[in-house]
Amino acid sequence: MKHIISLLMENEAGGLSRVAGLFSARGYNIESLTVAPTEDPTLSRMTLVTSGSDEVIEQIIKQLNKLVDVVKVLDLNEGRHIERELMLVKVKATGAYRDEMKSMADIFRGRIIDVADGTFTIELTGSSSKLDAFLETVDKTAILETVRTGSSGIGRGDRILKV
Amino acid sequence: MELTGAEIVIHCLAEEGVKFVFGYPGGAVLNIYDEIFKQDKFQHILVRHEQAAVHAADAYARATGQVGVALVTSGPGATNAVTGIATAYMDSIPLVVISGQVPTPAIGMDAFQEVDMVGITRPCVKHNFLVKDVRELATTIKKAFYIASSGRPGPVVVDIPKDVTAHLTTYEYPKSVHLRSYNPVVKGHSGQIKKALKLLLEAKRPMIYAGGGVVLGDAAGQLVKLARKLGYPVTNTLMGLGGYPASDKQFVGMLGMHGTYEANMSMQECDVLLAVGARFDDRVIGNPDHFTSTPRTIIHVDIDPSSISKRVKVDVPIVGNLVDVLTEMNKLLEEGGKPDANALKAWWSQIDGWRSKLCLDYITSDTVIKPQAVIQELWRATKGDAFVTSDVGQHQMWAAQYYGFDKPRRWLNSGGLGTMGVGLPYAMGAQFAFPDAQVACVTGEGSIQMNIQELSTCKQFELPIKIILLNNRYLGMVRQWQEFFYNNRYAESYVEALPDFVKLAEAYGHVGMKIEKPGDVEGAMKEAFGPGLKNRLVFMDFITDQSENVFPMIPNGKGLSEMILAEEL
Repeated sequence: MKHIISLLMENEAGGLSRVAGLFSARGYNIESLTVAPTEDPTLSRMTLVTSGSDEVIEQIIKQLNKLVDVVKVLDLNEGRHIERELMLVKVKATGAYRDEMKSMADIFRGRIIDVADGTFTIELTGSSSKLDAFLETVDKTAILETVRTGSSGIGRGDRILKV
Repeated sequence: MELTGAEIVIHCLAEEGVKFVFGYPGGAVLNIYDEIFKQDKFQHILVRHEQAAVHAADAYARATGQVGVALVTSGPGATNAVTGIATAYMDSIPLVVISGQVPTPAIGMDAFQEVDMVGITRPCVKHNFLVKDVRELATTIKKAFYIASSGRPGPVVVDIPKDVTAHLTTYEYPKSVHLRSYNPVVKGHSGQIKKALKLLLEAKRPMIYAGGGVVLGDAAGQLVKLARKLGYPVTNTLMGLGGYPASDKQFVGMLGMHGTYEANMSMQECDVLLAVGARFDDRVIGNPDHFTSTPRTIIHVDIDPSSISKRVKVDVPIVGNLVDVLTEMNKLLEEGGKPDANALKAWWSQIDGWRSKLCLDYITSDTVIKPQAVIQELWRATKGDAFVTSDVGQHQMWAAQYYGFDKPRRWLNSGGLGTMGVGLPYAMGAQFAFPDAQVACVTGEGSIQMNIQELSTCKQFELPIKIILLNNRYLGMVRQWQEFFYNNRYAESYVEALPDFVKLAEAYGHVGMKIEKPGDVEGAMKEAFGPGLKNRLVFMDFITDQSENVFPMIPNGKGLSEMILAEEL
């Protein structure tokens, strides 16, 4: 099963490689990983999307907690949470495509952030599955380039991950 | 007071009460060595290869419980240290390894003797640091000692660029250090401890399985108290030997791939298992599916949560310091509660039945030296009270099986990583820690050659180590597997062109002996450990039976009760 794991770690050189190294060394699956400093610049927040049996996920959480630089770890799937990912898609915008792409962007509540003679660049935010749905819906031959950030996640309501 | 980074390193080590630093100089650590030259706070032990420096520091830590310290230069010095670091990591040994690094402006420039030490060691350290600013040096060293020795111990690398060792800053050594991201658990959950004790008292076929954590956590005293009070059988892992006295009647021997029949059968057949500071690893329980196919309730006490339910699902996890948890169990037990005496009696009679197989019996000989007999003779010559180190292979298993360890921290070997070549540097570390103790290195002709150069270090410091070489001219454990599982195809396991070890020992300034007849074993051992050679390193080359195998044996991938016994072949 897919799990979204959030963690706070010391914002120090090499932190990312400790986490990435742990996943490769122990053979854990890693679907996406995003990282950036938090409002407190001494901390980094990381969101990892992984999958595995309950036993594997339990080990992943324990092993992450064992890293000396990791301050807190939370499996977002243990409670209600929100997941968002940002995608930029460059699509063909010639002839009939021009209207179709505009309406598809609207349907998915995307925004066209760059307009050129033959292309649009669409910005889309949502759960990873929504972004997948967009890519499946539009004509594949019209997709010129995609870039995705990987998921970020946060707990709902008073579920807060903070030091 | 302003000090250079190099002076700070010396001051910090002195503040930590370090007595020995095992190391090897080189360009990137010259400033530090210059300060070592000027100080008298600790002794520097010059080894002949950086791997041995780390192993010796590791052994010092195993034997004393103090943090071991090694110092190496950048590049090849650092990479040579990696095997030692990984060895310590696998066995959870507290170490601080200081490595030199090229000057900060040269980092990333492919400078002479540059290697990314922090990157290379990341998967085999508890933590590591690259100190880029001299103002952070003292705090970093403090953190390194704290992290290495607290929680589940482990090695910590501090990589220091050369320019940092020359920079000046105000020196102040922090009294304590707090890391918000690192708070190892100490006290076990009292509700879980109560529940565990209740289950233990209700058991019909109880079993205590104690690992290296008992030794490292100095919990042997509390374990013995608990086990004696309950009257339950106890087994030790390879790493746990000495954590429960081998001579005690409740001890059923080591378990695992080369464990005793009674230990492995009890482990498989028990209904309540108390695992203490052990991790159900592949060499201990074999195939986990086979192990769990017999139902039993498992209580697991360990300081590291990630060791719990890693290979085997546990029913009652208790995360905590072993001494504290066992002390609390003992306290609760004193308040009341008794095991089921009848059930226990029946269980012991079943165990005695397994014991009667005498699985460690071997066919004696008066024409060829049996390796097991050498270990038994070593036990007699040292009255079972020596520090025994081993390398890795058949000789290691025989030492573990036939030298009954009654005290913790007396048996030093590489259990997790299985590093050939640790034996001699381990003996050095133990002998430095206990200069008056008897230290024996049980080794093979393959392993000893992996760090043979340390005979020179032993001469320099006049270490009276006794080397017990079980020389069967084969990489014995490899040969044994090839005999059993590769249809006697002995690929590259026969060691040709062995040196004359007597001459070799003499060339290094030591005493060499070659023992070829069973009748000479006792005399040689007595002479080596006798007063005449008390202050000398004696290298004993025992020419042993080439075809001897280690029994019992659980073949790879098989279960605990699927042992091959000597009598079955």
